[in-house]
Amino acid sequence: MNRSPYITDAPTVSTIMFKVLLALVPGIAAYVWIYGGGILVSLTLATLTALTAEAVLLKIRQRPVKPYLMDMSAVVTAWLLALALPPLAPWWLVIVGTFFAIVIAKQLYGGLGYNPFNPAMVGYAVLLISFPLIMTKWPAPLLLAEHPLSFMDQLNFIFAQALPTDIKVDAITSATPLDYLKTQLMLKHEVASITQAPIFGVLGAKGGELVTGAYLLGGLYLLQQRIISWHLPTVFLAALAAISFAFYAIDPSHFANPLFHLMSGASMLCAFFIITDPVSGPTTPKGKIYFAAGVGVLTYLIRVYGGYPDGVAFAVLLMNMCVPLIDALTQPRVFGHQ
Amino acid sequence: MSDIINFASNLLRNTLFNKDTVGKDTVDKAANNNVLKDIFKFNGGVHPPEHKAESTTHAISKLATPEKLILPLRQHVGHMPKIKVQVGDYVLKGQMLAEPEGSVSAAIHAPTSGTITEISEQVIPHPSGLPDLCITLAPDNKDQWTTLQPVDWRNTDKKALVDRLRASGIVGLGGATFPTHIKLRTNGKSNVHTLVINAAECEPYITCDDMLMRERAAEIFKGIEIVQHLLGAEKCIVGIEDNKPIASEIMTKAGADFSAVQVKIVPTLYPSGDARRLIHLVLGIEIPNDKRSTDVGIQVFNVATVLAIYRYFEFGEPSISRIVTMTGNVTVPRNFEVLFGTPLHNLVAAAGGAKTGTTHFIMGGPMMGFDLPNDLVPITKAANCIIAAAPDLFAAPPPAMPCIRCARCADACPVNLQPQELYWFAKSDNFEKARDYNLFDCIECGCCTYVCPSDIPLVQYYRYAKSEIIAIDKAKEAADLARERNDFRLARIEREKLERAQKHAERAQAGKAEMKSAEVKAAEVKTTEMKATEDKAAEIKPAVDAEVAIAETIKTEEAPAITDKQAAIAAAIARAKAQKLAAANATDSTVEKAAALTNEAEAKIPATKTPEVEAAELKAKQDKQALIAAAIERAKAQKLAALAAGATPKNVENVSATAQAEINATDAIREKANLAVEAQALQTKATD
Repeated sequence: MNRSPYITDAPTVSTIMFKVLLALVPGIAAYVWIYGGGILVSLTLATLTALTAEAVLLKIRQRPVKPYLMDMSAVVTAWLLALALPPLAPWWLVIVGTFFAIVIAKQLYGGLGYNPFNPAMVGYAVLLISFPLIMTKWPAPLLLAEHPLSFMDQLNFIFAQALPTDIKVDAITSATPLDYLKTQLMLKHEVASITQAPIFGVLGAKGGELVTGAYLLGGLYLLQQRIISWHLPTVFLAALAAISFAFYAIDPSHFANPLFHLMSGASMLCAFFIITDPVSGPTTPKGKIYFAAGVGVLTYLIRVYGGYPDGVAFAVLLMNMCVPLIDALTQPRVFGHQ
Repeated sequence: MSDIINFASNLLRNTLFNKDTVGKDTVDKAANNNVLKDIFKFNGGVHPPEHKAESTTHAISKLATPEKLILPLRQHVGHMPKIKVQVGDYVLKGQMLAEPEGSVSAAIHAPTSGTITEISEQVIPHPSGLPDLCITLAPDNKDQWTTLQPVDWRNTDKKALVDRLRASGIVGLGGATFPTHIKLRTNGKSNVHTLVINAAECEPYITCDDMLMRERAAEIFKGIEIVQHLLGAEKCIVGIEDNKPIASEIMTKAGADFSAVQVKIVPTLYPSGDARRLIHLVLGIEIPNDKRSTDVGIQVFNVATVLAIYRYFEFGEPSISRIVTMTGNVTVPRNFEVLFGTPLHNLVAAAGGAKTGTTHFIMGGPMMGFDLPNDLVPITKAANCIIAAAPDLFAAPPPAMPCIRCARCADACPVNLQPQELYWFAKSDNFEKARDYNLFDCIECGCCTYVCPSDIPLVQYYRYAKSEIIAIDKAKEAADLARERNDFRLARIEREKLERAQKHAERAQAGKAEMKSAEVKAAEVKTTEMKATEDKAAEIKPAVDAEVAIAETIKTEEAPAITDKQAAIAAAIARAKAQKLAAANATDSTVEKAAALTNEAEAKIPATKTPEVEAAELKAKQDKQALIAAAIERAKAQKLAALAAGATPKNVENVSATAQAEINATDAIREKANLAVEAQALQTKATD
């Protein structure tokens, strides 16, 4: 029996997923610091929902439960979704989104390795379409809030939508800078004056840009660990920067500068954690370049011209659809072939 | 565009990742850095832990002659050689036991002197684990050489040298075991200008070539000289991986006197020892996938093979032993010079025995080797390395997880394939797609499996898909051939049918014409006679008139007479039938019956016969019967003669039973028709 090779040297799927989770830790830490501990509740809820849904579905599909739960892929999906949701999202929102991501987008397509769409982004898109109001209201960073919520207050809000008596919902939430910029531009304000608003930070959203920076840090760790290839994040960020620069160069008063786009919304999370999902992404080096460039351009166009505050989720899902085509058209030249 | 991307990718990779962290026992490369230029890297490749240091602490030692030698006849790629000895024969060391048969075949020689005790099927070291024909030799421990015939290769015709090499038993000792004389044969088409000596030895654990270079560099260079001479190659490049600093230093020194030979140090990256990868590394040439390296003027030889060639020409020694690395879970891993046919357990014992925990033995390296069925199998020409396997060396792979399309396999593939796609196609039996994605370019090096996070046995899937595709192709080829043969057969039958019909028609026409002319003649004669004996013939005049009328009708109304013709033919057939029946019974008494039947048939002819004519016919009956009997006798005799001669229709040998039946039937009809025509003619005569 020829069963060579006898040796392997590869991180297992669980190792890869574990490292992805590890790379998210700086981002989460920054998140807690900026927005409070509420996010930890969302993360826990999402993780529990994901694992439960995964286990039940595996059981129903008569697949071995333990090895598939141990691969940690469900946890990665859960964390990415939780981090994409507003920090004080009500508990049921987290559960519904995670459930949808795991059950519909992942298991019903065949589980790990078979889902054509990024499960976290499917969950996010479903929530955004179904509950647009909740999905677009982000709490102000703690340092900006007139009445910073304590962890207990946040818990109360997540589970009971209850706030301390003297605080109104409007007082703790606001639009995201991307959203704000869009609505203000529609009101014929100029970018320079809009960005004077307190929610804007040095480069992106006040506070939010720190979280984004922490994601970048985690992403660099993944690159260094060779968990992800350089193609996707580099090209995505380059494409986003290039298109935003083009618009900015034409009319700086109506289009935000490239750095703002790179450091706002889910740009960094997308660059290093979302489009790098291998299952729903392309496999060829050239394909990765086209895919990432496509996501970058679509993200910008949806942000600027679309009806949603951020374009990452839809851009990723749209490009997921193109993956089979991209792969087929970008087959590399085989050694010895013309 | 892709060049820029690749360049950027390499740049980024090299700066971001410290590539040298891979491989635990990587030697100090600084010393070799100056020689690492002019190297053209191929994409992909892996660097597993080398494990080469363990087996290089001892010099090569000769393994003692064992109590018996088992020599498989198939130790090479190609045809099985023809056995030249019998059980009980006493043979001398180096004596040929089996000679090559066909062009791609290699001889087997006695590794030592002794007696042939057995020629039987025994388990051989092969991935299939199946037994194959082996010659068993019981050594007499005298180790007596046969008369060896060294050759003065410098002053001998090249063709003669290559022909002699055919009897050397030398095959590619790198593991491919392709008969060497084939590779040295000049076919006039390709002009080899560069000889590449493969000394990369890229698989982990294996050190036989390393030790050979350390100890026998001078002989290797003499071998290179011979091969270069035979190929007419002006240039020679020896490719050695940079994890063999001692060997490369010795080789570089030994090669200093050979201006045409260049020793190139290539980076340690599996599978650099693959011929096409090595050519790319040292020359920067990518051999087109559908061509051989000789098509672009390059030939590759393993370092141990050139040494064997040298020993054959210089001393006349055929291929009877090789260097084998015995390593892994044994007490003293080291290299031995082992006689072919030595049972594996002798080798294991010489290495201090297998340590506890040894589960089985692997032949070859850990990347491309295979499990041996037991330790009784003989060492063959392909056995470059034997590894005693233990769970702590080679852990059983965990159950495979689904492919997550991470494309690490694609990054590692030295052929630039997309292993994840091939896996998908192989798994779903989508063989056409697998072929489209160049499955057959896969060299089964195992890099993809080595890096797979899901522990999918990818190479096995490719081996499966390849064998399935080959089987399908073979079946398809066979089906195509069968269809073609059937189409041809049907066309032939159709053609023969037409030919027969044409002949038949021609004969019938000829018969008719003959009959016609005879009748006309008869009528004319009768008319003349009538004129001469007017009074006497007065009573038969109407009859004659009728006859003439018939003849004239036939003569003048040929076209509308078709129905008559048909009727005549039908009658003829009926007559023939009757005659045949008679012939079958073949007794004189039945002849009359047949005649009666003939008359009956005759009567059916819608002719305008008058009673007078009938009377005349009756008169002639006696003569007619005699004639018919004679004709029947003749036909019988002909038939018998034909049967005796075994005469069969043309092209009948290969036709099927149904076709044969058809041919027989048509033959019968043809015969019937012949008989009918003959009978008709006779009848006409008889009527006169």
